[in-house]
Amino acid sequence: MIKQLVIAVAKLVSGSNIRWQGCEPELRQRVYFANHTSNLDALVIWAALPPALRKLTRPVAARDYWINNWVKRYLANQVFNAVLIERKKPTQTDNPLTDMLNALGKTHSLIIFPEGGRQASGEMAPFKGGLFHLAKDRPDVEFVPVLVENLNRILPKGEFLPVPVLGSVTFGAPLKLETGEPKDAFLLRAQNAVKALNHL
Amino acid sequence: MTLHIDKQTYALVGGVVALLITASLTGWILSLCVTNEKARGTIQNLNARVKAWWVMVAIFALAMATGGIGSVILFALTSFLALREFITLTPTTRGDHRTLFWVFFAILPLQYYLIAVGWYGMFAIMIPVYAFLFVPLRSALAGDCTRFLERTAKIQWGLMVCVYCVSYVPALLSLDIPGYAHQNGKLMFYFVLVAQISDVLQYVWGKTLGHKKILPSVSPNKTWAGFLGGISCATLIGMGLWWATPFSPWQSAGMSLAITLMGFGGGLVMSAIKRDRGVKDYGHLIEGHGGVMDRIDSLCFAAPVFFHLTRYFFT
Repeated sequence: MIKQLVIAVAKLVSGSNIRWQGCEPELRQRVYFANHTSNLDALVIWAALPPALRKLTRPVAARDYWINNWVKRYLANQVFNAVLIERKKPTQTDNPLTDMLNALGKTHSLIIFPEGGRQASGEMAPFKGGLFHLAKDRPDVEFVPVLVENLNRILPKGEFLPVPVLGSVTFGAPLKLETGEPKDAFLLRAQNAVKALNHL
Repeated sequence: MTLHIDKQTYALVGGVVALLITASLTGWILSLCVTNEKARGTIQNLNARVKAWWVMVAIFALAMATGGIGSVILFALTSFLALREFITLTPTTRGDHRTLFWVFFAILPLQYYLIAVGWYGMFAIMIPVYAFLFVPLRSALAGDCTRFLERTAKIQWGLMVCVYCVSYVPALLSLDIPGYAHQNGKLMFYFVLVAQISDVLQYVWGKTLGHKKILPSVSPNKTWAGFLGGISCATLIGMGLWWATPFSPWQSAGMSLAITLMGFGGGLVMSAIKRDRGVKDYGHLIEGHGGVMDRIDSLCFAAPVFFHLTRYFFT
């Protein structure tokens, strides 16, 4: 019930602007990687997926942010089944990469934000290495670039009241890690793939 | 604001439904006849437009059937959607966030509340005086000075066209015209019909006979044939509908001419804004038409002028 409500609100917020530009919403294992500008990002991308895909797709989110009050905890655990990772002090036993690989397993897909945090400026920050390591460990998984637009105008960092401008979510063509492709080259290519989905 | 649904109202709605049936049949026959690709695209768009018209007419008729309040709510929602499209296209900054929150959730509902209670002295000035002073003040309080005047002007203009101007359509219901009590629903219907049919006729004349463009740098779809044919035909239709209005036939022709000319101006201005922002449509909520703003651009400019002409000469 609450789940359906959250999905409906997220769709209302993003308008009807969901574009599948480089791939179709297929039921296969994928890592959706997106730019990060607002707290709504994960929710809106997740809600933009068709129900069958949504059921098997888990957003990856920062544990420190999502467990500090019961609303967020409820949303993360009960509504969108988030993979909560430690982003500040990763240790051998508390390693985000291991958590993500475990969460992927044999059936699930992930939504990740390789910039590591929300960018207030609107400019994309360089991608962190996790995306590369995921791609290296799981060559069988499709890596789909996703661009979210305007969500930072709906709910900017530090605001709590939304303004109803129209957001959009664009899914691009999947990327593959080339054999022997260096880390920096792959991360840059991935970032450019997200940027290239720009519509305005 | 109680509205009586009389025989004339039924005649107006019946006429529009007959027109839509004709349009649907024409579109269907055309779709069977065309052979080349370009024409097929045009016909597909035409049929999508006709379909959307059915939906819009149904919603409008339903709103009118509920009396005044339904129409006020309908146009409030229209304003909301149009403003949403407008602000989306406008590069506002972080410093405008709270201003925009006020604009969407306080100023817009307040304007329609004032329309609903028929407080003319307030709804005519609330936005141009109070809101226009409030907007820059709230943005200044946010402390962001980059492109300040430009940002303020854009938000004010959004309020002006999407909220203030559109709210004049249901405001027609509050006009107190001697000998026309409880019949204002027909006046509103007449206004929307003339403004929209002028758009449709300009489109039809432009697509069939139009070659020479009026202002290609502003709008690729506005042709001289469309302008002259559309405006004159819509004026004649408006003249022919005088029986539903408080006007005589010639007065009705004059009013219709004012509506269609202002409507043309509205289309031109809103088109200039789109060209500047590098987009073709304001959105894609209405199949075949584009966004809400694309459909109501002519209403925006015509509504306040028609309201004040009627108010000055007939109340």
